[in-house]
Amino acid sequence: MAKKRIDEATGVETVGHEWDGIEELDNPMPRWWLWSFYASIVFALGYVIAYPAWPLVSQGTEGVLGWSSRGALARELAAEEARKKPILTSLAATPIERLPDNPALMRAAIEGGRAAFKVNCVQCHGAGAAGSRGYPNLNDDDWLWGGDLKAIEQTLIHGIRQPGDSKTRISQMPAFGKDGMLSEAQIAQVTQHVLSLSGKAGPNDAGAQVFAENCAVCHGNDGRGLREFGAPNLADAIGLYGTSAEAISRQIHTPRHGVMPSWGGRLDPATIKMLAAYVHSLGGGENFKDAAPGDGAAAAQSHDQP
Amino acid sequence: MARLRHRAMTNPDRGPAPALYAKREPVFNRRIDGWFRRLKWSIMIVTLAIYYGTPWLRWDRGPYAPDQAVLVDLAHRRFYMFGIEIWPHEFYFVAGLLIMAGIGLFLVTSLVGRAWCGYACPQTVWTDLFQHIDRLIDGDRNARFRLYKGPWGPAKIARRLLKWTVYLAISFATGGAWVLYFADAPSLMRDFFTGQAAPVAYVTVAILTATTFVLGGFMREQVCIYMCPWPRIQTAMLDEKSLIVTYKDWRGEPRGSVKKAERDPGAFGDCIDCNQCVAVCPTGIDIREGPQIGCITCALCIDACDRVMKDVGRPRGLIDYATLEGCKQEAAGEAPIPVWRNLLQTRTLVYGSLWAAIGLAMLFALGTRTRTDISAEADRNPPFMLMSDGSIRNGYTVKLRNMQNRPRAMIVTMEGLPGAKMWTDDMPRERATRQVERVVPADATEVVRIYVVAPAGTPTQDFAFAVHSTSDAETDTSPIRFEAPETSE
Repeated sequence: MAKKRIDEATGVETVGHEWDGIEELDNPMPRWWLWSFYASIVFALGYVIAYPAWPLVSQGTEGVLGWSSRGALARELAAEEARKKPILTSLAATPIERLPDNPALMRAAIEGGRAAFKVNCVQCHGAGAAGSRGYPNLNDDDWLWGGDLKAIEQTLIHGIRQPGDSKTRISQMPAFGKDGMLSEAQIAQVTQHVLSLSGKAGPNDAGAQVFAENCAVCHGNDGRGLREFGAPNLADAIGLYGTSAEAISRQIHTPRHGVMPSWGGRLDPATIKMLAAYVHSLGGGENFKDAAPGDGAAAAQSHDQP
Repeated sequence: MARLRHRAMTNPDRGPAPALYAKREPVFNRRIDGWFRRLKWSIMIVTLAIYYGTPWLRWDRGPYAPDQAVLVDLAHRRFYMFGIEIWPHEFYFVAGLLIMAGIGLFLVTSLVGRAWCGYACPQTVWTDLFQHIDRLIDGDRNARFRLYKGPWGPAKIARRLLKWTVYLAISFATGGAWVLYFADAPSLMRDFFTGQAAPVAYVTVAILTATTFVLGGFMREQVCIYMCPWPRIQTAMLDEKSLIVTYKDWRGEPRGSVKKAERDPGAFGDCIDCNQCVAVCPTGIDIREGPQIGCITCALCIDACDRVMKDVGRPRGLIDYATLEGCKQEAAGEAPIPVWRNLLQTRTLVYGSLWAAIGLAMLFALGTRTRTDISAEADRNPPFMLMSDGSIRNGYTVKLRNMQNRPRAMIVTMEGLPGAKMWTDDMPRERATRQVERVVPADATEVVRIYVVAPAGTPTQDFAFAVHSTSDAETDTSPIRFEAPETSE
């Protein structure tokens, strides 16, 4: 098959292969190409000696420079940890009540919390912290257990209805319908009354009666709720399980109760403070009740809770 | 490995094919003095002075901004040019300048041909400078040629080393001056020589020193002939009405020495074939061969030929700036077209008015731009928020730009959205009003989280954030949307 010959047109020898009449000239390699090739061989020799190269049975050669991609990652992570350390240290040393006094630290905490939220909280509360039915919206100003930094931190550490945590926040609404405590008619009446609290229906005297006897002990006479019991405010526009008559009636009949894990054992105190600061910054955060005198905010908050 | 590469090779049957590679013929251009040489001197002095000197000019901008007259502050994303400060979002001014530079090149080309190549191009200026170094160290044309041909000995090595050292010094100054445009020149200079400057400064200086050394010291006219795209573009732009440096062959040919002409009057043209036009050419071409890509129209051959013509008592301008059309008329015995007629072509007028229009538009934009800017971005997740009292809240990230070099108090208000109030993430909602005030530091952007709350039942609608500075009349607005639930539950 190999029929080397001199090509007439160029005077160059062919390599002797032929495909459908097409032949290949045996031109020498361009010099720049050859030199690049030799240079890359020299480079490769140096590389093999300096860097991890040959795979062996259980491990590869390590190279005299001792470089490894895992080592490089570890170094980068260590540098990042070192960068964050002063912030985390001062955050751990600052009681959350004093956090607003240090605006720079507060900013850092909010940004750190934004990142931690994406890892730990978005699964239930959503990426925008807007929640969904049964999962509280953290952007609004409606808080079941309190919306100041301390209350949010407490909820984060011990969770809600977390089995095995003695300090967890617990509330339990009786299943008025399922357990036969109220008749269907009474549930319908009290549903109308609850709707009337937020102006969605006219007054219902019978419902008001049922409410006063069964519900006011937790939700208050005016239906504004009681945070000590985690009893929701029924007189506002927001309902965790919906605000329609059907949703309210279902909740009275067979209440649902959500669970939030206690994060105290999973996250370090600094991260929990950062999460609290972030959630507080989402637009619904409340000031501490004992805010500095003369701060109009304290008085204006009086409607929240007696 | 398929190597189907055709290559010019020696074919015993057809004789040697022309080689694709030609070795560079070194250029030893002779010293010349004349009108155009002096013009080149002045332009070289001015351009080099601008290049090396500009970073050292100071410009007082007060305590909040650098005092360097021309500064490209990449780290802080600011571009300072005397009284003008450009922010990244105003980069269209720089784009406009580049467009003006482009059209300016077209304009200059249609007016006076390759004047950029001949006088102002950095490659030309630095090559010219390096050729003067050659002349200073090695002597003029003949001495340099002898040295080039002569064997390597201690004297030649010493001269070469001295020359390359001077090349390197100029190259280093050139590369060094470049980085001074990007940081405070005096402090960068100090840091550079004490080893404390940023690595990027050393790398940039090293690269630009190397390119100046190689391009100006060794490659020279090859850059113009082989590397630069501009001569090719210009070739496409030149026509018979373009001003070029041309040899008037109808007057010069046939060539003959003065003695021959004396022996045989009338048989020879004005060209005495003294080769002075070739000797002075920095790109080593013979202009008598006609217009060619190697001619950068530096006009040194005009100086050389004029001097020779004066010496032999013939009229100047055997080699001269002329248009091909003018040459044709002149050759036919008519009066040459005056130069100003070339300047007033449709093409030059169009380029000129385009250039001026862009310039005026930019000046107008520069004069009327405000140094106050607001831009708002609405939260997308969640797009709106129902509050416990039934009102609807939207969140916005608002950027306030104070582009003046002093801190200013700015007031953000809402245009539209009746009944709405706003507050920021660092104040309680109870203090919400129709405006938010912030003191924005000098030459800085302040990011403010603004919550806008509108009464229950407010529909989705457009409104705008407006900002005004309390200390002057500057204002700006940013139109944006207020989102609300489609139907209330």
